[in-house]
Formats: sequence, structure tokens, C-alpha cells
Amino acid sequence: MLKIEGVHTFYGKIEALKGVDVNINAGEIVTLIGANGAGKSTLLMTVFGKPQARSGRVLFEGQDITRVPAHEIVRLGIAQSPEGRRIFARMTVYENLQMGCLPTDGSHFEDDVRMVFDLFPRLEERRNQRGGTLSGGEQQMLAIGRALMSRPRLLLLDEPSLGLAPLVVRQIFEIIKKINEAGVTVFLVEQNAFHALKLAHRGYVMVNGNITLSGTGRELLDNPEIRAAYLEGGH
Amino acid sequence: MAYFIQQLINGLTLGAIYGLIAIGYTMVYGIIGMINFAHGEIYMIGAFVSVVTYLILSALGLGYVPLVLLVMLMTSMLFTSVYGWSIERVAYRPLRGAPKLAALISAIGMSIALQNYVQLTQGARVKALAPVISGGITLMESDGFTVHLSYLQMFICVLTVVLMVGFSFLIDKTSLGRQQRACEQDRTMASLVGVNVDRTISMTFVMGAALAAVAGMMVTLYYGVVDFYIGFVAGMKAFTAAVLGGIGSLPGAMLGGVLIGLIEAFWSAYFTIEYKDVAAFSILVLVLIFRPTGLLGKPEIEKV
Repeated sequence: MLKIEGVHTFYGKIEALKGVDVNINAGEIVTLIGANGAGKSTLLMTVFGKPQARSGRVLFEGQDITRVPAHEIVRLGIAQSPEGRRIFARMTVYENLQMGCLPTDGSHFEDDVRMVFDLFPRLEERRNQRGGTLSGGEQQMLAIGRALMSRPRLLLLDEPSLGLAPLVVRQIFEIIKKINEAGVTVFLVEQNAFHALKLAHRGYVMVNGNITLSGTGRELLDNPEIRAAYLEGGH
Repeated sequence: MAYFIQQLINGLTLGAIYGLIAIGYTMVYGIIGMINFAHGEIYMIGAFVSVVTYLILSALGLGYVPLVLLVMLMTSMLFTSVYGWSIERVAYRPLRGAPKLAALISAIGMSIALQNYVQLTQGARVKALAPVISGGITLMESDGFTVHLSYLQMFICVLTVVLMVGFSFLIDKTSLGRQQRACEQDRTMASLVGVNVDRTISMTFVMGAALAAVAGMMVTLYYGVVDFYIGFVAGMKAFTAAVLGGIGSLPGAMLGGVLIGLIEAFWSAYFTIEYKDVAAFSILVLVLIFRPTGLLGKPEIEKV
């Protein structure tokens, strides 16, 4: 479904991605784990061409989208809940969801809002509150909800567990599972390797802009290197 | 008392005009964080187009006032929209990633270029226009002073209120308005949810320019004279109004415009007319000392 082939991405002179290959099949949950600054978020943003890959290709369902503008990529069926959530802080929860449905023709808006509110009842309680006043967990819910409003076939999630209480993290992961079961392919970037690998069908490990390991979630969980680097000590 | 009310009317009329121009400054600032110094020139071009349209219409023998006004309004809005769109395209978009100072200098250059262009093509002399809307009503009379409200002043105030209501609706309730606010808050995220950021920025320039055209037409009707230099002074005042009200805030721009208009009118009436600009700008300085974000511009407190 999504194929990332030999992608190199630069911030100025700094090479953030050094030839990354990732393949995501329809229906999967694929996770990308790695330390802070490894280039995980950069990879998700490169899918949307922000920044554009300097070399290599990004293919979505066979179509080369490396140079397609971001506002058109979302119309092809990819949505992102980005690093830092990036809620529109001075818009209400409802308006944020309205923004999310922009790529659609709007005819399913009421149904889709209902679906998001059913997934995240907290958002319904807060529907007229400004995004900037929500708690971190609520903002995360809103970021995912907003992404779902575009009816994506592929959902990119950047660290949905960051800064959240363990109980909320568990809720969010359950919801990701539900979303996937409803037919949405999920590409999940996480530092919380244990939860992510348990949830995902397959995983990739990124170190300094390179993919160093890949395998099924189970394989990676059992890998001693992974255990030592990402799982032991508090996770 | 009568004198006071008369000045209030004059000040509000003037303030409405400043406010309409100020909206253009504040919207562009909101969306790309830059002061569009060529905006005063857009207003000046709007004034010129309305004069030229009026002259053409009267040459054609068209005299029905409401129709004349409507055609003047439409033509000047159309022309300034094209100018606003082109200015962004030519002078600002290529500098989108460049340091802010580069775009600012480009804006000043654009402003000078447009002034000279109008001076060359229309001549440096003042163009005069016979009153299109004349007459008015006498509101009250006391102490031997009559308070007069002209039909033109009514027209200006009513049109401004209508535009403001329509405009607020556009920004608050429509998809285009939401897209503009989204670009204002986080341009990258806006593009990730599917907003065509370039097109939205263009639309912002077009909308600001259309409002400036209305102001240009109003000034033409109100003072009856235009020249190529009116954009500079009015632009400075409107920019001041936008800062006074809190740059980035639409109601702030309108409030700032009205305040500047009132300050000018009252200062001219009760003190010396020569110092009316000094008064307006001094108030700006005072407000900024005590409220650096302007009257309605609140620093947003956000949880991270």
C-alpha cells in the first residue's frame, strides 16, 4: 500500500534519513520504533513532502507521490496525526473536526463526527471548547479524530502515547486497534516500544536515519538487542 | 453638545473607512506574519478606479445614483482584487521562505512602484469628483449649531456595518474562513488536512483588497478628490488602527479604525487641526506601552 524506497531527506545540510526502505501492506498495523532524533517523525513528514525526499521514492498504491503537494496527498487517502499533535488551538473541537473533513465532499460529515465521538466520548463533552485548552490526552484524541475525518485508508500516527498517563495510553492503543479492525491501515511511530510492538503486525527499528532491523512484532519483542535498547528500564 | 455629536458623526464615518483598510493589514499579518505596505496603494487604486468608472458612467449618460454606486463598487473591487492577487504572486510568494525583512522591503518597493505607476498613468494632479450623493438630514439644533447627518455619511456607516457582519460570518462560519484561520494558526498542519495554503493566502489578499476598494470609493465620494499619494497617509493610519486594535484581530482592526477616526475628529474640533496626526499616533504609543498586544489582541495561553 505504502512503499518507501531508498528515501534520503535533508534538513539543510543535515541528512536526517539515509536511504530508508519501508513497506506497508493494506490492513496492517506497522510500527516504527527508535530513539529520540532517529528520524521517525521526519519519515512520516516526508510521506507528505514536508520536507520532500531529496532522492528515493514514496509510492502510495503504486502512484509516485514523492513530489505531490501535501494537500493533494491527503485526498488520495492518507491522513496524519503528526508529532506534537498540532491541534488548531484557537478553533473549537468541532471546528478541528470540520477541518479534518476538508478532503471529503462533506456528505458524510455528520456520520463521521458521530463515529469520532463514539470512539472518543470525551471529545463530545468538549465539542465547543477551544483546542488549546484541552489536556494532552484530549488533544491526542482530537488529533486522531481529525485525521479520521478525512476517511483515510492509511493512517500515520506519530507518538500518540507521548506525555500521556499509562491508563490513557492503554485506551489510545485499544482505539488504534479498533480503527485498524475497521479496515484502516496504520503506520505507528512510537517510542513506547513495548506497547507498539505488542499491537503491531510488523515493526521497523530506526537508528540515526537508517532502518537497522525489521520483523514481526513478536520477533522484535523477543530480540535481545531490542530488549536491551528499547524495552528494559521502565517500559 | 451639538458640536460634540457632529464630531462624533464625522469621526465615526472616518473611522469606518480606516477600519475597512485596517482589516486588510490585519488579515495579511495574521496569515503570513508580514505587513503588506502596498495595501495603502491598493486602496488608492480602488479610489482611482471608482473615479474613472464614475466618469465613464456619466459620459455614457447614466445618472441613476444607486446603479452608479453599485457599478463603481463592483468595478473597483474587481480591479483591486486583481491587483491584490498579483502583488502577492509577484512580490511576496517568491519570498515566502526568505527572512521576514526581505518580504517587508519587497512590500515597500511594491508600494513605491504602484504610486509611481498611478502617477505616470493618471497624472500627478488631484482628480476631483462632483458630489454623487448630496443632501442629508438635520438631527438637532442647539446653541445656534445644527447637527447634520448627510446621506453619504449614512451610506458609509451602513455599508461598513453590512460588510463587517458579512465578513465576520465568512471568517467564523464558512469553510473558507476556517481554512484561513487554520493557515493562520499552523500552516504546515493546514496543508496536512488538505488546505491549499497558497490559494488560501491568495484569497486573503483578494478579500483585503476588495475591502480596501470599498474604502477607496467611500473616500472618493466623501472628499471628492483623489491623488496618487492618498494611499500612503491612509495606509499609515489604517496600519496604526490595526496595531492599536491588536494586529491579527478583525474586531480589533475595526475598533482601532473607529478610535483613530474619533481621535482625529475630536482633536481637530477642539484643539489644532495641524496636530491631529500627532494626537492619533501619540495615543498609539500610549496604548502600546500599556498593552503591547493592542486593545483586543490577547496573547493566547495554550497548554502544551
